[in-house]
Amino acid sequence: MSQPLMTRPAPCAAAPTFRTPIRTPIRTPLRTIRAWVLPLWLGVIGGWGACSPALAADAGSPPALAAVPAADPALYLALGADPGLNALVSDFIARLQADARTAPFFAKSDLSRLKTQLVSQLCAVSGGPCRYAGGDMKTVHSAMDIRKGDFNALVEVLQQSLSARDVPFAVQNRLLARLAPMHRDIINTGGASE
Amino acid sequence: MTLCARRPSPLRPTPWLAAFIAGWGLALSPIAQAGQGKLLLTGGVSSIDGAAGGGLTPWALTGSSATEGEIGATASLTRARTQDYGFTSQAVAATWSDRVEVSLAHQRFDTGPTGPALGLPGLVLQQDILGLKWHVAGDAVLDSDTWQPQWALGAEFKRTDAGGLAPTLASLGARTHGTDLYLSVTKLLLAQGVLLNGTLRATQANQNGLLGFGGTAQRRPRLQPEVSAAWLLHRTLAVGAEYRAKPDNLNPSALGAGLREDDWKDLFVAWAPSRRASLTLAWVDLGRIVPAVVSRRQTGAYVSLQLAL
Repeated sequence: MSQPLMTRPAPCAAAPTFRTPIRTPIRTPLRTIRAWVLPLWLGVIGGWGACSPALAADAGSPPALAAVPAADPALYLALGADPGLNALVSDFIARLQADARTAPFFAKSDLSRLKTQLVSQLCAVSGGPCRYAGGDMKTVHSAMDIRKGDFNALVEVLQQSLSARDVPFAVQNRLLARLAPMHRDIINTGGASE
Repeated sequence: MTLCARRPSPLRPTPWLAAFIAGWGLALSPIAQAGQGKLLLTGGVSSIDGAAGGGLTPWALTGSSATEGEIGATASLTRARTQDYGFTSQAVAATWSDRVEVSLAHQRFDTGPTGPALGLPGLVLQQDILGLKWHVAGDAVLDSDTWQPQWALGAEFKRTDAGGLAPTLASLGARTHGTDLYLSVTKLLLAQGVLLNGTLRATQANQNGLLGFGGTAQRRPRLQPEVSAAWLLHRTLAVGAEYRAKPDNLNPSALGAGLREDDWKDLFVAWAPSRRASLTLAWVDLGRIVPAVVSRRQTGAYVSLQLAL
């Protein structure tokens, strides 16, 4: 197809010297993207993180990313409103007790009270017409040692319940995004949160 | 630099990969159980260089299913095939407490028609990579109410064995060792199911190191951006794209633009049926590779299987 362009030097041949060629930059659109757009994108992502008030240590309640507080009931309705949440939480509690990773944490729970509180909490978090009246997350969980792995196990069990209730994946993620920040108060071992 | 065509001692990856796994297991088995605490796919997959990430670039996530207080390990086998070339990467990685990741990779690049054209039939380029990654701060997944991403710093120590091509690379000013340093930021936009990663890498590597490090015209490391975006379609399935910029140290060289290199791109689908295994399929565009001999762009299929402890 083409001729050999490089030849194999003989063993211990004298090193050929090449003059340093002058580099002529070629300005193609791709090069421009490389030179400017990608670093800019990185800078935006990085800068956003660095400037986020959450980085300021001890920010008690970080600013809401999705500035959609409880007012918008779209997620609540997508979860099936009150009947949907009741069915979801019943299934969730049954799975929490059946799963070896989460069962120990609920061994001594008052299940009917747990259900009422979870329903009202999910209702409030998803924008429904409820006020969560239970204890704050930090106090409620302080008696137990909860690691990040335990928290993630609970998230997985909730995903199982949501899937079993045929909640679309995109709706599941919208709910999880509102619950995940609670990890700062619930996980209480090790360096739970930066 | 002398230009002896003395062949460097062949790299023998398998024993040290095995020793690494065994040593890791022995050292840490009494301390903690293999981790299971991470959410599915939030450890990424194995990159060709061994670090957890996408296929071509490292992410700030640590690999395996291990989260805080847990240890984890992964092993992966990756194969890519383009019109003219074949590429294989075997890698293992170990993570500790979602904080530190150590990886080892062995790469083989089958030069196809380029070897014979250079008078080197059967030429295979090989490279070993020791990777270290430190998860500095942040939680890409759970901090879903802030823009705070997960941050990691990493280093990749690379040693390449270009076989019969080594003297030519040496004459072009490329060294056989190189170190890449990188900073990665990863953010999962959980509500949208979108993962974004940006990596800034300081590197001298020519074709990721397979053609050595630096050249007569370019000796210093250069900063190169790499970006990835993935969309979670399902708990076990993600699709995405990656773009990895590369320096072009051997262009021009004594061969003119004959060793010009291009950026790498891919489109991928990653599927994790369980936390023990994942399969990644991709279409990769590796641009031109040694256009002096083969001038067309190299595109093709990429398959990667990862198993996790």
